[in-house]
Amino acid sequence: MTAVTPPVRARRPRLSPLARREARWAALFLAPWVIGFLIFYAGPMAASVWLSLTEYDVINAPRWVGLDNYRQLVDDRMVYRSLGNTVYYTALHVPLAMAISLTLALLLKRVGRLQGFFRTVFYLPVMTPAVAVGILFLLLLNAQDGLINRALGLVGVDGPNWTTDPGWVMPGIIVMSLWSLGSTVIIYLAALQNVPREIYEAATVDGASAWQQFRHVTLPMISGALFFTLIVNTIASLQMFTEVYTMYFGNRATQGAFNSEAAAFYVIYLFQQAFQFLHMGYASALAWLLFIVIMIITYIQVKVGNRFVYYEGDR
Amino acid sequence: MSTLVEGTTAVAVPPLEPAPAKPPRDGEPGWRRALFLVALAVAAVVFTIPFIWLVSASLRPREYVFAPGFLPVPFAPENYNEAWAAVPLVTWLFNSVLVGVAAAVAVTLSSAWVAFGFAYFRFPGRNVLFGLVLATMMLPFAVTMIPTYLIWNEAGLTDTQVPLWAGNLFGSAFYIFLLRQFMLSLPRELFEAARVDGAGYPTLFWRIAFPLIRPALLVVLVFEFKASWTDLIKPLIYLRNEELFTLPRGLKVVLDRFGYGGEQQWEVVLAGSVIATVPMIILFFLAQRHFIEGIATTGRRG
Repeated sequence: MTAVTPPVRARRPRLSPLARREARWAALFLAPWVIGFLIFYAGPMAASVWLSLTEYDVINAPRWVGLDNYRQLVDDRMVYRSLGNTVYYTALHVPLAMAISLTLALLLKRVGRLQGFFRTVFYLPVMTPAVAVGILFLLLLNAQDGLINRALGLVGVDGPNWTTDPGWVMPGIIVMSLWSLGSTVIIYLAALQNVPREIYEAATVDGASAWQQFRHVTLPMISGALFFTLIVNTIASLQMFTEVYTMYFGNRATQGAFNSEAAAFYVIYLFQQAFQFLHMGYASALAWLLFIVIMIITYIQVKVGNRFVYYEGDR
Repeated sequence: MSTLVEGTTAVAVPPLEPAPAKPPRDGEPGWRRALFLVALAVAAVVFTIPFIWLVSASLRPREYVFAPGFLPVPFAPENYNEAWAAVPLVTWLFNSVLVGVAAAVAVTLSSAWVAFGFAYFRFPGRNVLFGLVLATMMLPFAVTMIPTYLIWNEAGLTDTQVPLWAGNLFGSAFYIFLLRQFMLSLPRELFEAARVDGAGYPTLFWRIAFPLIRPALLVVLVFEFKASWTDLIKPLIYLRNEELFTLPRGLKVVLDRFGYGGEQQWEVVLAGSVIATVPMIILFFLAQRHFIEGIATTGRRG
């Protein structure tokens, strides 16, 4: 809390008692966050950098190993596998979720009175606990008796072994992930409803076709929301954990089976290294690699995105 | 940062009640609207079927769990008795409520308190400090996860429920951001008038800001309760003792014990899943407006 007061004193050396009281209260209001920041962000970040340079199993004192963890990481096949899986998932989930959400939001915008009902229907999966989602889709994706393959069977398609064929595990996870896109739908709907109707009217007067209106009015006007969901969903996808962990990991009987490599997400691998094998040092190095990957991807998205995003007003 | 500027000008979020049915736009024939409705209805069915199947299958005897059809026939509500008896579901339910309430109340009070600090007071370095608040949102959970575990371990609080909510006592970046926006939309004269009347700062916060941003506080409260209720990773890291488990952690045990590689008693797993889900569905219907507003506000950051 002292972090805030010194500059106040430094710049205004002759503070009135009243102003001094105000400064004290300002510090008091900010104190919880500053303390929390030091304990749960700044401290852990520093500790994590240091830990990543050690070997530490919680029981024995950390042993300094320099850059060994980072060298090990470069040679670790599972790092490539899990990172590859994660990026593959993200590259498919994010655009698909955005496209489907936008379609649904565009439809929702036009149905008038029933909008609230449909919005609820699309949002309820988001309320479902992720563990329950994992369980539910483990059964829906079941090759023999699952609902999804039964539905495919109705249209004459012989559904794949979603949960056991390594090549189909990831597509199955993506199918599951698309069930919970309700938040994105609501964000798009809110953005669509903010587009002033006059713009469409003007476009209609100018003879713009429906497609031209969508392309040149709707898309630019909601580009802020699209950009936001792109970034947020990407960051979240790169940290996918709960549903997949529920389905394929943490169970002694099935762990290490056929599909555990095909379903390995980066954060799951990191979690196992840290809390199953107690390789705290190595896991810390893994965490920093994830941090860098996320930063790079977000940076690229922001750079590219800023070219396409239309900010209302003067940014 | 540009988003901030945009945000500060935004007044409280207008409620997102469905727009009153507009007359179809000029040139938009009724058949087209009917087509949209059909498309939406199909999508709605696809999104709802998993729920219907879940509930229905949880009410069928074991050998009928995967049977075709969506009706719970033969009807076997005793699955739920079986689930209650097989695992301490009541304890887990209770733990989830306890942890959820603690987490939600803690984060709402602390975030509002800090948000008031950022909204009301003017001091040098305020924007830099607030930028730092927002920057913490960018940090992946994985980076701080291990040292945070070591801290709680050092404090002797692993295998207690304290780490599941105590971090919330220090405010949370996104909620601070959200609540600050709402506080900034309150007319400053309100506070100045109270100051003139001799009110202290805690009074400004507690008697003026706090009641006036009640809708936003409810958004934070229900969001955090939901986040806590559905969280698996923290209980997975901190809890060993089954008596302390929250529902998701318990449900994972149920899956591992009764699912694949276990005893294949799927009806128990499904009943457990329904029990974990129903409170969230109820919460949504009780606080629907707040969830929708909260999400829409999130997007407006963009």
